[in-house]
Amino acid sequence: MTFEPADRVDQVPPSGIRRFFELAEEMDDIISLGVGEPDFSTPWSAREAAIASLEQGKTSYTANRGKRELRERIAADVAERYGLDYDPDEEVLVTTGASEGVDLAFRSLLNPGDEVAVAQPCYVSYKPGVTFAGGDVIDVPTRVEDDFKLTREVLEDSGAADADALVMCYPNNPTGATMTGAELEPIAEFAREHDLLVFSDEIYSELSYEHDHTSIATLPGMRERTVVFNGFSKAYAMTGLRLGYALAPPEAITAMNRVHQYTMLSAPTTPQYAAMDALDNCADEVAAMREQYDRRRQFVLSRFEEMGVECFEATGAFYVFPEVPDPWTDAETFAEDLLEAESVAMVPGDAFGAGGGGHLRASYATGLDDLKEAMDRLERFVEDAD
Amino acid sequence: MSNRGDVLAVLRDNARYTNEDIARQTGLSEEEVESVVDDLESEGVIKGYTAVVDWEAVEGGDEPIRATVELNVTLDRETSYTDIADRIAKFSQVKSLRLISGDYDFDMLVEGDSMSEVSHFISDKIAPIPEITQTVTHYIMESYKEQGIEFGDGPDDDRLSISP
Repeated sequence: MTFEPADRVDQVPPSGIRRFFELAEEMDDIISLGVGEPDFSTPWSAREAAIASLEQGKTSYTANRGKRELRERIAADVAERYGLDYDPDEEVLVTTGASEGVDLAFRSLLNPGDEVAVAQPCYVSYKPGVTFAGGDVIDVPTRVEDDFKLTREVLEDSGAADADALVMCYPNNPTGATMTGAELEPIAEFAREHDLLVFSDEIYSELSYEHDHTSIATLPGMRERTVVFNGFSKAYAMTGLRLGYALAPPEAITAMNRVHQYTMLSAPTTPQYAAMDALDNCADEVAAMREQYDRRRQFVLSRFEEMGVECFEATGAFYVFPEVPDPWTDAETFAEDLLEAESVAMVPGDAFGAGGGGHLRASYATGLDDLKEAMDRLERFVEDAD
Repeated sequence: MSNRGDVLAVLRDNARYTNEDIARQTGLSEEEVESVVDDLESEGVIKGYTAVVDWEAVEGGDEPIRATVELNVTLDRETSYTDIADRIAKFSQVKSLRLISGDYDFDMLVEGDSMSEVSHFISDKIAPIPEITQTVTHYIMESYKEQGIEFGDGPDDDRLSISP
């Protein structure tokens, strides 16, 4: 017996951003546009609630599904903001980050050999998650000409009609694309026609700048086939506190909770107190952060346009997804050259799966002064190459 | 939000942004920004621009002495709060003056080079104003946050340089 990785682990390659991370970590004074988390700290009110809960010794496990007071607040919050109607007792599961929710859904709802269509480019963990759960991934590359929105056409072209489930994330990491209710309709229709489960990661739902966020679960006939993932990491700048939640019909939550109760027992307690306070008291901070992101988004898009770098108008999350400028053709080479010459880090789009090649993810979760400097350096770098 | 609201929000964040940078953040053209700012200034919406200074960080010990002063006043038929405020606000030593609710009427911030200068100003110039019935002076000992800006270094950015 030796410590050889199991086959299903061995077949998953290391994260594509790992190598780039190691390069960036070796350098001093880089301006990183490669960060996938807010530059703000958690609103103080929520942090103070977490501290107070520790002072009061609230450090035991919670219910498997999360504290009931938190589930009630989550249910009320998603009802008010997105028209999502879920019962806090049976249809809400508090998870250790939205990532745990995604993993639980795959492990508890997929059978070996199930086919899962994954809309890409996407967050790096969906495809490995499907593989770890024994499922097979069908790549669904979205296209720049569609502004990286998921369309019925790309679903059909990639063979998603044969899939058992669809994984999607809007507002999207890494592209910053969003989808309106009208744009989601054909996707919902496709899912109903081909009887797909839908795993919808909506962790960036609060960061939609041009239109209100619509959850696909609110479209007709979708609630019964959709698991919605959301959480506190992005909107409330709580990434390190690791708190998310899943919303789904009772059968799905019961199955997910069966894995969760044995593997996690309950999501960490302290963040649950922070999250309750966040929902009660931090709407103004969320709005203020959103306003900052939106300004930076417009700033970065303007700068790309000025320097002639092609970039579709990203409308959500805190990413833009420019094309690799001439004369480069390969995102990885460009990203490495830029890092070396100007100490600015962007992540090659290839790291986020099919459809990401030839693009770069630039995060604007960084203060405007740094963004200005990064854009000036990028402009110099691109001009020097001409 | 309106163009004016957008521009105002950016300026309230940092009044040193150039028109070009404001344009980039709001989707307006540079000319539009310039015209909005001109309007805001000429209409008196924007009253001025000033730096937020942490005097403790200034070398050379030029730190002014500052005090907030509670003022109580009496009104009569001929004298309104505004009449009294107009008289007080004209002193250059008075840096801010607000009518407030509660136990006293005006909240006044005074600045001077020394405690005796500030004390004399209040006793010689403010207290003798006929409508003023009482002054209570609080010297400011330390400033932790001004105009929404926290003093001190703030936390380091300890995020990973690249994350998914």
